[in-house]
Amino acid sequence: MSELALDLRGISKRFGQVDALDDVSLAAKRGSIHALLGENGAGKTTLMRIAFGMLRPDSGSIAVNRIPINLRSPADAIAAGVGMVHQQFSLVPQMTVAENVALGGRGRFRPQVTARRIADVARRTGLSLDPMRRVIDLGSAERQKLEIIRILAHNADILILDEPTAVLTSRDIGELFTQLRAFAAGGGCIVLITHKLNDALAHADEVTVLRRGRLVLNASMSEVNRSSLTSAMLGSAPAVTARSYKGTPLRQKVVAAFNGVTTEKQGQTPLSFEVLAGEVLGVAALDSGAATMLRVLAGRISHSAGSISIPTHIGFVPENRIGEALVPAFSLTENFALKAAGSRSGVIDWRAMHAAAASVIEDFEVMAEGAGVPASSLSGGNQQRFVLGRELHDDPPLLVLENPTQGLDVNAAASVHARIRAAAARGTAIVFYSSDLDELAEISDRVMVINRSGVKFTSPERQSIGQLLLESGA
Amino acid sequence: MNALEPFLEGTVRTATPLAFAALGETVAERSGVINIGLEGAIIAGAFGGFVAAGTGSVWFGFLGAGLAGMTISALFGLFAIRIRADQIITGTAISLFALGITATLYRQMYGAEGAALSIPTMGVVEIPVLSSIPLVGRAFFAQPPVAYLLYALVPAVWWWMYRTNAGLGLRAIGEDPRAAIAAGIPAARFQYLAVLFGGFLGGIAGGVLVIAQAGSFAEGMSAGRGFIAIAIVVLGRWHPLGAAVAALVFGAASALQYLFQAMGWNLPYQAFLALPYVLTLLGLAGIAGRSAAPASLGRWQDQH
Amino acid sequence: MPEVALVADMLVRATPLILAGLAVAIAFKGGVFNIGAEGQLLAGAAAATATTLALSGMPGAFVVTAAAVTGAAAGALWAAIAAELKRRFHVLEIISTIMLNFVAIHLVSYLVRGPLQEPTGIYPQTETFPLSARLPVVLPGTRLHLGFVAAVLIAIALAWVMKNTAWGFRVKAIGSSPRAAWSTGAIAVQRSSFMVFIVSGALAGLAGSIEVSGVTFALYENLSPGHGYTAIAVALIAALNPAAVIASGIFFGILQTGATAMQREFAIPSSLASVAEAALILAVLSVAAYRGRRLPGLPRKSAA
Repeated sequence: MSELALDLRGISKRFGQVDALDDVSLAAKRGSIHALLGENGAGKTTLMRIAFGMLRPDSGSIAVNRIPINLRSPADAIAAGVGMVHQQFSLVPQMTVAENVALGGRGRFRPQVTARRIADVARRTGLSLDPMRRVIDLGSAERQKLEIIRILAHNADILILDEPTAVLTSRDIGELFTQLRAFAAGGGCIVLITHKLNDALAHADEVTVLRRGRLVLNASMSEVNRSSLTSAMLGSAPAVTARSYKGTPLRQKVVAAFNGVTTEKQGQTPLSFEVLAGEVLGVAALDSGAATMLRVLAGRISHSAGSISIPTHIGFVPENRIGEALVPAFSLTENFALKAAGSRSGVIDWRAMHAAAASVIEDFEVMAEGAGVPASSLSGGNQQRFVLGRELHDDPPLLVLENPTQGLDVNAAASVHARIRAAAARGTAIVFYSSDLDELAEISDRVMVINRSGVKFTSPERQSIGQLLLESGA
Repeated sequence: MNALEPFLEGTVRTATPLAFAALGETVAERSGVINIGLEGAIIAGAFGGFVAAGTGSVWFGFLGAGLAGMTISALFGLFAIRIRADQIITGTAISLFALGITATLYRQMYGAEGAALSIPTMGVVEIPVLSSIPLVGRAFFAQPPVAYLLYALVPAVWWWMYRTNAGLGLRAIGEDPRAAIAAGIPAARFQYLAVLFGGFLGGIAGGVLVIAQAGSFAEGMSAGRGFIAIAIVVLGRWHPLGAAVAALVFGAASALQYLFQAMGWNLPYQAFLALPYVLTLLGLAGIAGRSAAPASLGRWQDQH
Repeated sequence: MPEVALVADMLVRATPLILAGLAVAIAFKGGVFNIGAEGQLLAGAAAATATTLALSGMPGAFVVTAAAVTGAAAGALWAAIAAELKRRFHVLEIISTIMLNFVAIHLVSYLVRGPLQEPTGIYPQTETFPLSARLPVVLPGTRLHLGFVAAVLIAIALAWVMKNTAWGFRVKAIGSSPRAAWSTGAIAVQRSSFMVFIVSGALAGLAGSIEVSGVTFALYENLSPGHGYTAIAVALIAALNPAAVIASGIFFGILQTGATAMQREFAIPSSLASVAEAALILAVLSVAAYRGRRLPGLPRKSAA
């Protein structure tokens, strides 16, 4: 019925020893929204990067609008009408909307011509932005809009979106899909990369499911349902959810407190809250508003106004595993020694460090050949287990976590959740920031939402969290 | 006005080679590459200009200077862009390399003591009418013609950077290489071309020193100008016009010594020799911060 | 025996290279691009000279020790200028240290032609040190002085400190991943960085002071034929490992002794040695880049 817009056949890709993709095919039609579903690490982003010319496949063929094509770089893909919006936005923050839209063009740079093209896109889809605003001043939802506008302004008719709803509130999500529908109705094709079953069920016409680099399922939405998709994604019945873990805080003891605290970020409302022993306090915030607060809580940054009281020993698991929590080339022993290296003095007892690192590896079931291997040789899940073990090793009264399950597959994420719950049961106060509202709802005892008017608490339900976030006004 | 004329002349004289080098480096740094090897480009240009001018033509001399500078910077590009070796130490090594090789070649070709051979020098050419402007006329418009080339080059580079898509792309690479690549811009190629351009202008700067100023070559005669030019790029906020203005301000500050001498202040001559370097430090401290720097300057975000 | 004298000469030549090499190695290891070892060495030499001449008449051991201490302090101070400019004004240390190198050269020139000039006022150098104020020779019949032994011992001590102390580990951490050092290690990165800079300067200053106390016995212009820059090659070839700096320093000592000999015997310019040094730096940088390291001796960066 509809024509094939993007036709990938028999795509394989190997990275070193790992088969990221093994003989995968995907056929997306014009006028449709095609969901590419799979767990983290299934190979979805790799497949689409190949479709966008960012990676070369080891084997397989690509055809765009029925014409076989050899993509050497994103420039070729863009010329063929393919556009991709990545998980981490590829916008130049210091430049304006118009400059970002014009990027990659030829000849003279004429701001008025670009502005006209932006207006054109607005007419076609309803997506519009002020061309003179700087990207730095835009919020997440607007940046995503800009990415899409840019692609459409370059006459793309195939749009690949990588986890677009990760950073959006429910209202934004609704708006986005309305616009995407309009684009599809006009003959465009959309490939939606997501690990969220709900989004695929609600909005897609067709679905392709990948698991561990292999094609598992390819069907139109009318042929599948939630459970068939779930088993396709996971390969078996899903593990018991963390809902069964919830308990109430053991003691009402206050472990940490903020009183009217601000940091150097201008225009911030003072924050006041308390963290209790044995509870899991979920934190939700717009954009990266929580990053500074988490680090003040973890004792890494000093506050500028107000007063804080935090314990001396604090565990901190930053989002950026490889960049902040671990030094990749250091051995696990050295990475263990890294914790609180700032306050140590005198001679280091490496043997003791080695033994301690080995005990963490054992207790937290880290799959590693020993404490002497470099941290980079571990998989993401095992790295995270090690980091968690290191931070919990001296039984700190407070543990602060920033998106700890990002990029982990479902089993690794579940084991992280289980460890956190176990620590809470022992009396550790846990502050858990996640940009995934579903995760927050699952693991927290209560949720603290940080918005422009300060701090509000709510029960761990996705609806109420989302609503409070919206209240700050985007 | 006896002290003022040599002061203004000295300002433009000092500023000219610095402005050439800083203009080229501005383009390179806007693409995210910091070329510490600029000093090497200048000394290579000085030597190349000296050899090429030996053929009898000053313009051929300048061509030789530019090409020599470009060659040294091509070497820098090979290591820093192609191989992605650390930019700062690579640049330092390139400068040391160029200093050593020009010294070696000079001694080999012209004898261990280096008798100052004469080459044709570029004389001053006055621009009618403009050079009669009171006070600044002679300073700006009674200069060797290569200076007039500079005056034309500055607005040209400015126009290219801000009014063409290629210039936009270059600036994008300097801010966010990942975004630029995702937009289809060939980042490595742009960076390489930018470095070559910077090297060519750096070579011209060296040529100015030899052909339009000293009239001969001496080992190490670049005397740190390459590093000063890098500081001038910072002072000029990575803007072509800013680089030219900052070079001029620097030239003026350096030329103050003429005023001092005229006023009879007797500082040891080493103080005047050290002045440009101290000024650079003060200038950089004064500007306190590289917040206007291209965001990815000196680093290569591991993409690909 | 002439061979023994030759080997001794190589070791004498290696001494400042080892110490300055340690200075550069420690700085690079801690993420500080100290290219100013040359200037810090000269500052140390100047201070040591002034101290030696001021204390003449006092017991030799005391004078030599005082010279070493003031030399190290002067080197640390010279480095502190750049370190403070970096800390407070965000001035790139690559530029500030090079500027300070040039200032140091002119400062020495001023000192030896002015306040510290030898009594007859004819030669641009200081008075020669009395015999008692010189470092004792450890191998009779050669120039091999105690400074070499000191350099080796310091290198071994530094290697131990880097491996076994909390301070050494902190330096390694801030040089490998300042973010992880701050986030996970709760290390005061800026303060540690400053300390590394100062220690580096002290080592370079010590190199200068040992050079005047053990080899030159006076201060004059061109005291250092670029030891501070050769030290970069020494440090990189040693992969920033203090123990390996000993061997690396000796290697470059041999290289330079050989170059001097080649100039004497075959009229091949000795500047070829610095070309070779620069080429070696480029080579090791490329290998390091190929292996995913920023510098040889720094840990691998993460795969993208």
